[in-house]
Amino acid sequence: MEDIVRGLEDLLGRLHVHEGLRPILSLVIMLAAVFAVLLAGLWGAVRARWISRNTAAFWIFVSPWIIGFLLFTGGPMAYSLYLSFTDWNLIDPPEFVGLANYAEAFTDPDLGQSIKVTLTYAAVSVPLQTVLSLAVALLMNSKVRGIHVFRTIWYLPSLVTGVAQAVLFIWVFNPSYGLANGLLRLLGVEGPRWLFDAGWALPTVIIMSLWTVGGNMVIYLAGLQDIAKELYEAAQIDGAGRWRRLWNITLPQVSPVIFFNVVTGLIYAMQTFTQGYVVTHNGGGPSDSLLFYVLYLYNNAFSFFRMGYASALAWIFFIMIMVLTALVFRGSAFWVYYESQRPKERERRVRAHHAH
Amino acid sequence: MSVPTMPTDAERRGPLGTRILALTLLVVGSAGFVYPFLWMIATALRTPEGVAHAGAALWPLQWQWSNFAEGLGSFPFLTYLRNSLLSTLVPVVAVVFSSSLVGFAFARIRARGAGVLFAVVLSTLLLPQEVTIVPQFILFRNLDMIDTLWPIIVPTFFGSAFFIFLYRQFYLRLPEALTDAALIDGAGWFRIWFSIYLPLSRPIIIATAVLQFMSYWNNFFQAAIYLTTDRWKTLPLALAGFQSVNGTDTPLLMATALVVTAPCVLLFFVAQRHIIGGISFTGSK
Repeated sequence: MEDIVRGLEDLLGRLHVHEGLRPILSLVIMLAAVFAVLLAGLWGAVRARWISRNTAAFWIFVSPWIIGFLLFTGGPMAYSLYLSFTDWNLIDPPEFVGLANYAEAFTDPDLGQSIKVTLTYAAVSVPLQTVLSLAVALLMNSKVRGIHVFRTIWYLPSLVTGVAQAVLFIWVFNPSYGLANGLLRLLGVEGPRWLFDAGWALPTVIIMSLWTVGGNMVIYLAGLQDIAKELYEAAQIDGAGRWRRLWNITLPQVSPVIFFNVVTGLIYAMQTFTQGYVVTHNGGGPSDSLLFYVLYLYNNAFSFFRMGYASALAWIFFIMIMVLTALVFRGSAFWVYYESQRPKERERRVRAHHAH
Repeated sequence: MSVPTMPTDAERRGPLGTRILALTLLVVGSAGFVYPFLWMIATALRTPEGVAHAGAALWPLQWQWSNFAEGLGSFPFLTYLRNSLLSTLVPVVAVVFSSSLVGFAFARIRARGAGVLFAVVLSTLLLPQEVTIVPQFILFRNLDMIDTLWPIIVPTFFGSAFFIFLYRQFYLRLPEALTDAALIDGAGWFRIWFSIYLPLSRPIIIATAVLQFMSYWNNFFQAAIYLTTDRWKTLPLALAGFQSVNGTDTPLLMATALVVTAPCVLLFFVAQRHIIGGISFTGSK
């Protein structure tokens, strides 16, 4: 492919196309060629009456996604599987080494550390975020005047994400001038060195992650407002107290939303990169205490240029995420309640509701 | 026959004590949540000496407005701003149109294999992008696009699985009669999408555009991989390297971080209703 790109760029250069536009135009030309082949194939298939016009239209409409999938997801997955069996520094040609990368991974202490950091972070921050955002959503669901102001306040921090959040919290947790230790000093306590202490760095990043629960809160709030009022009224008539109603109505009813947030939150937590990168590059996170998995993968690929080993790490990461997601899905049968599992009952209730 | 009385408003809200407790929790929690944000603004307006004295307090301020000009002036701010805008706004437009097109096909065109393909689209939602980052880097290297914004922009032209899903759900809620009437009138699928469904998509277009803007404005992972020189650096990347340029001048750093965050906060206040609608929509169905 490199040769085709170079050839096209040369050609565009001879046509006096601006240098910065040559790579993208080469890509457009190649994509146009692929698309032309696809169109010709579909046109032929319609003419030969193998497929209907609608089917052809469908595949043309979804072709952007399919091409994108092959180019940026499916193709790269297969290619990285191949690369994971090679040793490659981007300069010399890739050298086939069999399972050596995977064997190395099993005994790599840095990888062990990065898995420990990442799993600890996910296992602690996801439950904390879930409980906190659900609790806040329950509070926000009350009918207090000015509740919209509170909702906005809780949502605002989730707009300060990524680098800005990391930079802010490096200073919030600055041992000498920071907000956290300033507050502790008012109480007469000398605070820890937070991000600059190997034992405290990860807990500090977990606290940071709780600052942005506003995004999840909004999702829970929508789920809470979807719950039919009649359920509560019926329960109250039957004499159910506040906690009974919370436990037997609210939680089962929002359990699909909790499930959605746990799955996405878990995958998101496993992908943590920015906090580790920014804090470490600013002198924090000593003794690899913030060496998140993706940061270690990034270092291997783009600092050490070990493309083969990084690809093996990517595949191990992929399998880890799949296993974790599968476990959460398996476990969900015990605590997630779906209305559609009892369609008849639901139908009866809806009819009763409309009869009023 | 006794008729059970409906609970009154006061009963539904619960006893007074619980309500006061809830309100207290709300106020205290909100204060704690917004405090770091206010502290960030306060710090941005202080002198370095003021920061050393203030500690956790929001007051006093030295009103150093020059921090903003100075912080931004310490690096080629306008270049970074241009790069951030380019690598955010082009993907916003691209992803809105491409996802709408694909989502429309999944919602309205009946075809063999559509169900299986949609399952594949959904399954990619669970796939973290980090898994494919090495081969993607090599792909863009072969395409001669390293240290340009193209690796960030190009993939968005092919739609995003998540937004395709959102558009499909949105279109499924529109009446099917829309397409039937147009088909009888002899309109093609492309015209039906472009002149009937796209104009009806305003709420979902705003929601996806805002979500896409926020995620790409803050995009750090890809920027850190593909952008190496000052010419194409984006604001988050510049902010991450701020300390190596300016030492530890906290007020300058906070001022810069505020400016980087400002567009998202402004956008939130302009499009609050749509954002909340969009985010809730993602969780509910």
